[in-house]
Amino acid sequence: MAFQWSVLYFLVLLQVSFTPIFAGSSGEEEFSEELLLRPLPDRKVLAHFHFESRAPPTEIYGHHHRLFPKAIYQLVQKFQIREMELSFTQGRWNYERWGGFNPITSANAKPPGVELWAILDVPPDQVDASWKNLTHTLSGLFCASINFLESSTAYSSPDWAFQPSSRSLRYGALPREAVCTENLTPWLKLLPCRDKAGLAAILDRPSIYRGFYHSQRLRLTSTEVGSEKGMESGIVLEQTLTIVLEPDAQRPNTNHLGGRVLQPSWSLRSIFGREISGRCVLAKYSTVFIEVERNLVSELKKLGRRRGVAEIASDSWTDPFFDLSVTPDKTIKEMNVTHGDSSSILYEFSTEKYLDYEPFDVGLTWKLPVVWSSPQAPFRASRFLIGSGNQRGSIAISLKSTEPGEGFMSDLAREGCTVRVDVFQVVPWYVKVYFHTLQVFVDGRHRRVTDALEKIHVSPSEDKVSPGLMEMVLRFPCSMKSATLTIEFDKGFLHIDEYPPDANQGFDIPSAVVRFPDFQASTYYLKDNSRKSALLSKFQEKNLLLSYTEILLVPLATPDFSMPYNVITITCTVFALYFGSLLNVLRRRVGEEERFLKEASMRKGMLPQLLSKLSAKLRGKYKDSPQSSSSSSSLLNPKLMFKVALVAGIAVGWHYYFE
Amino acid sequence: MEKTRWFWVWVITSLFFRLVLIYFPENLNLGFRPEVATPLTSLRRLAEGYWLKQSSMSPYAGSMYHGSPMLLSILGPLTVKRIEGQPSHLMCSLLFVVADLVTAMLIRATGQTLQLAYSQSLRSLNLVSLLESSETLSAGDIAALVYLWNPLTIITCVGSSTSPIENLLIVLSLYGACLRIAPLAAFGWVLAMHLSLYPVILIIPVILLLGYGPDAPPRKLFLQKNSSENGNSPSCHGNYPCNEVTSQEKLPLHPFLWRPVMHFMLWASFWLFYVFVLCSISLKQHGGLLEMLKRTHGFILTMEDLSPNIGVLWYFFAEVFDFFRDFFLIVFHINILFMILPLAIRLKHRPCFLAFVYIAISSMLKSYPSVGDSALYLGILGLFINELAEMKFSFFLFCGYIGVSLLSPVMHNLWIWRGTGNANFYFATAIAYACLQLFSPDMDKWHGPALVCFCPPESVFQLLQGWSMGLNRRGNLL
Repeated sequence: MAFQWSVLYFLVLLQVSFTPIFAGSSGEEEFSEELLLRPLPDRKVLAHFHFESRAPPTEIYGHHHRLFPKAIYQLVQKFQIREMELSFTQGRWNYERWGGFNPITSANAKPPGVELWAILDVPPDQVDASWKNLTHTLSGLFCASINFLESSTAYSSPDWAFQPSSRSLRYGALPREAVCTENLTPWLKLLPCRDKAGLAAILDRPSIYRGFYHSQRLRLTSTEVGSEKGMESGIVLEQTLTIVLEPDAQRPNTNHLGGRVLQPSWSLRSIFGREISGRCVLAKYSTVFIEVERNLVSELKKLGRRRGVAEIASDSWTDPFFDLSVTPDKTIKEMNVTHGDSSSILYEFSTEKYLDYEPFDVGLTWKLPVVWSSPQAPFRASRFLIGSGNQRGSIAISLKSTEPGEGFMSDLAREGCTVRVDVFQVVPWYVKVYFHTLQVFVDGRHRRVTDALEKIHVSPSEDKVSPGLMEMVLRFPCSMKSATLTIEFDKGFLHIDEYPPDANQGFDIPSAVVRFPDFQASTYYLKDNSRKSALLSKFQEKNLLLSYTEILLVPLATPDFSMPYNVITITCTVFALYFGSLLNVLRRRVGEEERFLKEASMRKGMLPQLLSKLSAKLRGKYKDSPQSSSSSSSLLNPKLMFKVALVAGIAVGWHYYFE
Repeated sequence: MEKTRWFWVWVITSLFFRLVLIYFPENLNLGFRPEVATPLTSLRRLAEGYWLKQSSMSPYAGSMYHGSPMLLSILGPLTVKRIEGQPSHLMCSLLFVVADLVTAMLIRATGQTLQLAYSQSLRSLNLVSLLESSETLSAGDIAALVYLWNPLTIITCVGSSTSPIENLLIVLSLYGACLRIAPLAAFGWVLAMHLSLYPVILIIPVILLLGYGPDAPPRKLFLQKNSSENGNSPSCHGNYPCNEVTSQEKLPLHPFLWRPVMHFMLWASFWLFYVFVLCSISLKQHGGLLEMLKRTHGFILTMEDLSPNIGVLWYFFAEVFDFFRDFFLIVFHINILFMILPLAIRLKHRPCFLAFVYIAISSMLKSYPSVGDSALYLGILGLFINELAEMKFSFFLFCGYIGVSLLSPVMHNLWIWRGTGNANFYFATAIAYACLQLFSPDMDKWHGPALVCFCPPESVFQLLQGWSMGLNRRGNLL
């Protein structure tokens, strides 16, 4: 009996101790891969890869992982990262054409070069040290010069305008970093199947780098450290790759239909040169979406009505306009919250049933020409320089109203409504910004700064120590057409060693971030709960609408790099001249010189007197060189002879003594 | 009477000229010129510091403002005060015009004091006849007019820079010392030192002025005078001391007075304390005095800002190797200090002239020179116009100043604005300017009073004549 009880007890104990490990999906490592394709209005295609790895909390799961990359896990453990985002971008996101008001844009449109921000969960005085180590580690991990963000002139700690307040946030950007395949390969290595299987297998390097824009991003969210226990989801590693590609126009003669240009048809094969041959077996799910965006849907509906196509009852309503080469597994409609009658549509394809010999190659073939435009953010932000020359200039940030669609115009057009705009800008120290010269122009007219400016926080730049940081909250009336902010700056002059190798190219100022906190770029999809999708849940998250401005190229005056020695010698000569002449003047007593001369002439005979007169005359003309005559006259002085003999004797004695 | 009327006419004309120029600041853009506004004196940076302070940050946050917090509280409100339709820095510019006028008046008063002292010592040497030959205007008037009409002063005043205030304080200190008003001298000296550090070396001439008075011919001059009157033989000269006993009782005149010097010291420490208290009150939340000293005087000494100016050091430190930087910083600053003592020993009986030499040297070797400094020493140079009447190479120097002041903006424009020239061109003009400055004090001062005062006793008459008439050439006298 006792034995039975003990076995039971043991079993219960076993059950209790092992339950957390096997309990539910939250205790498992997870990996999922998704790809979203979207035709863009300007005959291009957006491909957005989303890979997500989750590691359960260490306390429950332990230190060993099957799927989660070890490098990242160690990174999180070592630097106590709570949140981190690293992006490598080549090209500039075209907000006007590719849209500025959807979750992909606000999360994945990044400034050119490298951008890194991290929230580190360490005591405030260690944040900087951790950040420096982190940059070095990442630099090694991704084969990029992220270590340049180590220097305190390169990063800043924004207060509230970049991310909702966090004291230990550090932000840095390297606008000039060239991004290429050596950065992509280590990034792909973090995936459990690398680029050997699954969606990542179609990432053909030449076709990616031929694109107009590509941005690889790595976002890390961790609840490992610091936060209260209980509701922990461990570490979430989100890797996204956003590419804008132009499909080849394969059939040029059919591109024109009825005088209007047909959108190019494309397939995975035509844009990537590869097909998807099944999923990565380690992935929990592997899904491809094709998105037809909101404005395109409404445009198609309009066209459809004109052509007499019946109201959308089935999926076949799109048939007159385009064809999908593979029948979608599912059609998901956007849950329409605010944006009028049209809502975007997602076609979902699961790649699980495809194999090597039967690859998945979805394509979209347009049948009728259609023109649409992507949804825009309320204002289009751009930034430019004013002024010429290398002494000073002004930075201007201009916001132009994009005439937003009916959707949110309706609730904004009320009287007295305002739009809030947050501006976050970092300028390097050699751009010395005069914050008191901030000026605001609304609709071309000068306004008082206090009218538009609700809140401002600046931390001015220190020479060679820290960059300047400007965070502003502005409020503009909804009816405003355009607004411009200008701020003057002086260009600094650097030490010769501080210039980069190609100094005359100029210096890059990182992008400013313009946020519109009144708007949410979230998209909700009507969905049955059969399967959750990391990408779609990402879309539903609270996405603040933001856009990055252009990078500015500021030329600085350069010294002559070839002549440090000349400058040193010439300057030192001037100083020597100063010192010598002053010393000469101090030492000299004109009156005594004259007296000496007189005495000498009195003492001497006829010829020397003549000579000295001659020399005096010469001196009268040339005004100096009294030494020569005095020395010549006193050369035979016995006193002097004695002195010379004495010195010579001492020298000889010295010499013999030391031999 | 006629003369003074003309003087005032010229003064008022110069003020009008400034006022006219002030109305076109946008067209002139003088406030941006590197010659006029250095990182220390730029009014734009002061406005930035004021803005930072208004938004409850330290005015020294960021590397913009490097001036005194007191200047900030005086000039700061004026930079934001705007009259509709008028140029932005109008109030400040008006203040600078007043400062220039006061400076000129103080220079004039100093000149008159000096003249009085000279005539007294001449009279005591029985050389009254030399006094009769007065010229058109007195030296003080000429110096004031030189200061007011100097184009460098005018552009400094019109282009927004705080150097008129610094100049005013320096001159105030000299004026106070000349009149032996210890509190005034101490006030000027302490504030000038607080604003720009370099006037700290003026403590020596100020003390000498307070101790000896504006003019103290060397004792041996009187000795010689007396002895020659007593009919001493010419054998008593040179290296062999005369018997001083004979004339000891007759010796006047210029003992070193410790009382005003002690007063000066007390007042200086009082003002210094006062200034520090005021500064620490205004910087209470922002790091206090240490921060202020680091950002003002430390900034001057470490030469952090490498933006071009009319000196040579900016380019030097932009090019020099980093590991030599500290060494050269020390060398260049030692260069100023090194000459202080020898000069003080040789010129101790002419403290005003000593002050001029110090000002000239520091304006030549300071880390952020501007034309405002040259304006000051050229103005003070006017005080010694009689002695310098026979200055050599004056035409050459004049042409040099004109040439440099024309070429330097051209080269700056070519380098910075057009991008066709390079930094070396501009640096070349800076070198030329440095050589000119180096040349001018050397030439002009040493052929003037220095020569005159250091001749040995046997040429007393020649000396005195040269001293009073400005004829110091041997040929003219013997």
